[in-house]
Amino acid sequence: MMKEFARKLALAAAVLLAAPAFAQEAPDAMVKRVSQDTLATIRSDPLVQSGDQARIRDLIEVKLVPQFDFTRMTALAMGRNWRNATPEQQKQLTDQFRALLVRTYAGALNQYRSETIDYKPFKMNPDDTEVTVRTQVTKTSGQPVSIDYSLEKTPEGWKAYDVIVAGVSLVTNYRDEFSAQIKNGGIDGLVKTLADRNKGAPAK
Amino acid sequence: MSACRFSLRPLHAALLAATLALTGCAAAPSKDDPFEPMNRAMFDVNDVVDGNVVKPIAELYVKAVPKLVRTGVTNVFNNIDDFFSGINGLLQGKTEKAGNDFGRVLLNTICVLGLFDVASDLGIERGNEDFGQTFAVWGFPQGPYLFVPLFGPTTVRDGTGVLVRLYAGPVGFIPFVPLRNSLYGLGYVDLRAQALDAGEVVNTGALDRYLFIRNAYLQRRRYLVYDGNPPPAIEEIEEQQ
Repeated sequence: MMKEFARKLALAAAVLLAAPAFAQEAPDAMVKRVSQDTLATIRSDPLVQSGDQARIRDLIEVKLVPQFDFTRMTALAMGRNWRNATPEQQKQLTDQFRALLVRTYAGALNQYRSETIDYKPFKMNPDDTEVTVRTQVTKTSGQPVSIDYSLEKTPEGWKAYDVIVAGVSLVTNYRDEFSAQIKNGGIDGLVKTLADRNKGAPAK
Repeated sequence: MSACRFSLRPLHAALLAATLALTGCAAAPSKDDPFEPMNRAMFDVNDVVDGNVVKPIAELYVKAVPKLVRTGVTNVFNNIDDFFSGINGLLQGKTEKAGNDFGRVLLNTICVLGLFDVASDLGIERGNEDFGQTFAVWGFPQGPYLFVPLFGPTTVRDGTGVLVRLYAGPVGFIPFVPLRNSLYGLGYVDLRAQALDAGEVVNTGALDRYLFIRNAYLQRRRYLVYDGNPPPAIEEIEEQQ
C-alpha cells in the first residue's frame, strides 16, 4: 500500500518536474501542437462538425484559450485608453472581449474542417521575447489563407497576443471600434456594448 | 473583395465622381476616411440592396450549384486575374512573382482550361497583384476611403485600379452583349458567394460593422502592397516608446 503510494508520489513529482520543460516548448512547436490538436478534434468530433455551438465553445475554451494572453490583447485593442481604465474596468473589458472573440471564433470554426495547415520556416534568437509564427491554411477548394500568430514569452510559456488572418490583425481591427465607443459612452459604455453583443444584440 | 472583374462600370464611375465632388463638405473623423458620414450612408444603402437582393442570390447560387462547378467558375476567373497579376508584377519590377503568375496561367490554361488550379496544387503561389497595388508601389497616395454600394470597400487609388482593370478586359471586349453581361453577372455572384462566410464573421464579431470592414479592408490592402511584410503602423511604433 505504502509502496503504491510512493510510486504515485514519484510519478506526480516526475510530472511536476517535467512541466517547466514543457513550458519551455518553442513557440513554433506550441503553435503546431495546438493547431494540429484542435484540427484533429474538429475532424473526429461529430458534434463539432454538425455545428453544435456549445460544444465548439467548449473546445475553444479547453484547447485555445489557455494559449492566449487576453489582457495584453485587450490592452492593445484599447491603445492609449487602456491606461485610463481602472483595474476593475480593465478586468471587465478583458472578460467581455475574450467572450466576444470566443463567440466569433466559434462561428468561424464551423467553416474549418477539411483543411491542411502548413508551417512556414521559423527562426528565432535564443533571447527573443516576442516572435511571429507564420502558417498557411488551405481548404480543399479555395485559395490558401495566411494565418500568423504573434507570441510573447511569459513565465507560463509562450502565449499568443494577436492573430493576423490574411494580413488583418484581429487586435488592431478593434482599435477604431473601441475608441469610437469610448468617445461616445466612455469606458463603461464600451464595457456595456461588449456585454450587449455577447448577450446577442446585433452589431450597429 | 480584391478581384476587380465585375461591377457596373458606369455606376461605379458616377459614384467615384460624386465622391470626389463632395470633397470638403464633410468633417474629418479619420485621416483615411474623410467622407465617413457619406460612406456610412452608402453602407446603409448597400445593406438594404445586398440584404434583399444580392446576398439571397449568392446564397441561392451556393445552394443550387454544385461545389465542383462553383470552384470551376472561381478558378476560370482567377486564371484571368492571374494574368493581370503577372502584368502588375512586371509593372512593379517583381519579375519572379510575375514569372510565377504567367507560369500559372500557362499551366492552368493548357492543362485544364483554367477550370482547376493545378498550379496551386504544385505549390506555385498566386501573385495577388493588381493595379491598385501597382499605383501604391509607384508612390500614388491612397486617397480617401470609399464605400460603394454593390461594390464594397475601396479607396480612390484602389477604385482607379479597378476601373483600369475593367477597361483592360477581357470580358468587356466580348461583342455579344448578353454573353458579356452574363459573365459580369456570374463573376459578381461568384465573388459575393465567396464573401458569405466572412460576412458571418463580421456579423458576430463586430461592434460597428462599418468600422470593422473599413479597418479590415485597409489592413488587407496594406499587407498586399507590402507583399505580406508591412512595416509596423505608426500607432504600434508609438506604443513601443
